[in-house]
Amino acid sequence: MPGGQERTLRRRINSVQSTKQITRAMELIAATRVVKAMTRANAARPYAAKMTGVIEDLASGGVGVDDPLLRSEETIKSIGFVVITSDRGLAGAYNSAVIKAAEKEVMAAQTEGKQYKLVLVGKKAADYFKFRNYKIEASFSGMTDTPSYEDARTVATSVRDLFIAEEVDQVILAYQEFISMGTQRVAVRKFLPLESMEIVASEGSGDAESRALFEFEPSPEGVLSALLPRYVESRLYSALLDASASEHANRQRAMKAATDNAEELITKLSRALNRARQDAITTEIMEIVGGAEALGDGSNEKSSIQEHEETQIAV
Amino acid sequence: MPLRVELVSPEKIVYEGDADLVIARTTDGEIGFQPGHVPFVGNLVSSVVRIALSDGGVQRIAVHSGFVEVSDDHVALLSDVAELSEDIDVDRAKKALQNAQESINSDAGDEEAAAALQRAESRLEAASNN
Repeated sequence: MPGGQERTLRRRINSVQSTKQITRAMELIAATRVVKAMTRANAARPYAAKMTGVIEDLASGGVGVDDPLLRSEETIKSIGFVVITSDRGLAGAYNSAVIKAAEKEVMAAQTEGKQYKLVLVGKKAADYFKFRNYKIEASFSGMTDTPSYEDARTVATSVRDLFIAEEVDQVILAYQEFISMGTQRVAVRKFLPLESMEIVASEGSGDAESRALFEFEPSPEGVLSALLPRYVESRLYSALLDASASEHANRQRAMKAATDNAEELITKLSRALNRARQDAITTEIMEIVGGAEALGDGSNEKSSIQEHEETQIAV
Repeated sequence: MPLRVELVSPEKIVYEGDADLVIARTTDGEIGFQPGHVPFVGNLVSSVVRIALSDGGVQRIAVHSGFVEVSDDHVALLSDVAELSEDIDVDRAKKALQNAQESINSDAGDEEAAAALQRAESRLEAASNN
């Protein structure tokens, strides 16, 4: 029955329409979130820059490099991986790209006979690795949407403890780096041990040499041992902020694509619906005409023609 | 020439301004900075930083550990948590103080509570002279 087809089409259009409304709303929300996340990332930059500045001062003061966080092993037996994903999906390839890159690294480590330890941020990574029976050292959730410094500290502490307890000789960080609104890239970076102080210092503005020597309180080593843990936190914090900006940018793009697709689908379905309705009307006319002709067959021909004309007008 | 003061927490720049004198507390005790101070780096403890502004006012800020860096008449205070005295929620700080005190009374070795106690104290101290 043609009427049935029309009804199902109409129902589908309605459902696509409401999906479109949802994806549109999510797109708009994600758009404002990206801007917010970018502002937060920018606001966090001065602190990181100042941190590097202090390290520069210490380097120029010639501090002896002796801190557990700078411990660098020649043979790496165990690697820690920090994987930053989101808690929620609907963000395109955001999560799967990071997870895939991280899994590849883990597999590479395994084939080289190294141990691995996973520290996961975001529900998506936890779900993925748990399902595939990976050993998970720690997992955190509920922080990737708008990460606070407190969150970064929690994760950093757990990573640092692993490293200082010598359970891992190296820590690798996998997350999506935010380059611009349109570009985000999966970044797999060495996180610990920290580069030597000279390398960190050279990343700074490089004007340390022109300054006079610094006084340190309580001592250069004392400042360094208080500074390095915070430096680790600050680096993890900026990674979290980057990841959150990327997440929202990805979600915005994914939702925009979904809205566009919904629109396209609605046009297609409306066309099919119109055709189905037209078909139904044509069939009905044919039936009426056929019926009238069948009736008119026995009686006189004139009235049959008249009836035929009337039905056409009625249609 | 006044001192240029910047107070930065990990999440944002909390305060920026010109000052004649900055008094902070490091692990070795209180230290004041005036223009022309030698380059200096120190560990801050949970305390109140007092900034004598160029316009005559005094800005009090509660900081909870961090660093102070002084060079070229530029004072940078880096703190994990930094709150301007006018932003401090006194009632909340009082409550935190009470809670921390209770935890310490029941367990004298509770380091976290001790830190919380100190934080609450410096918050209240910063807010009291408003």
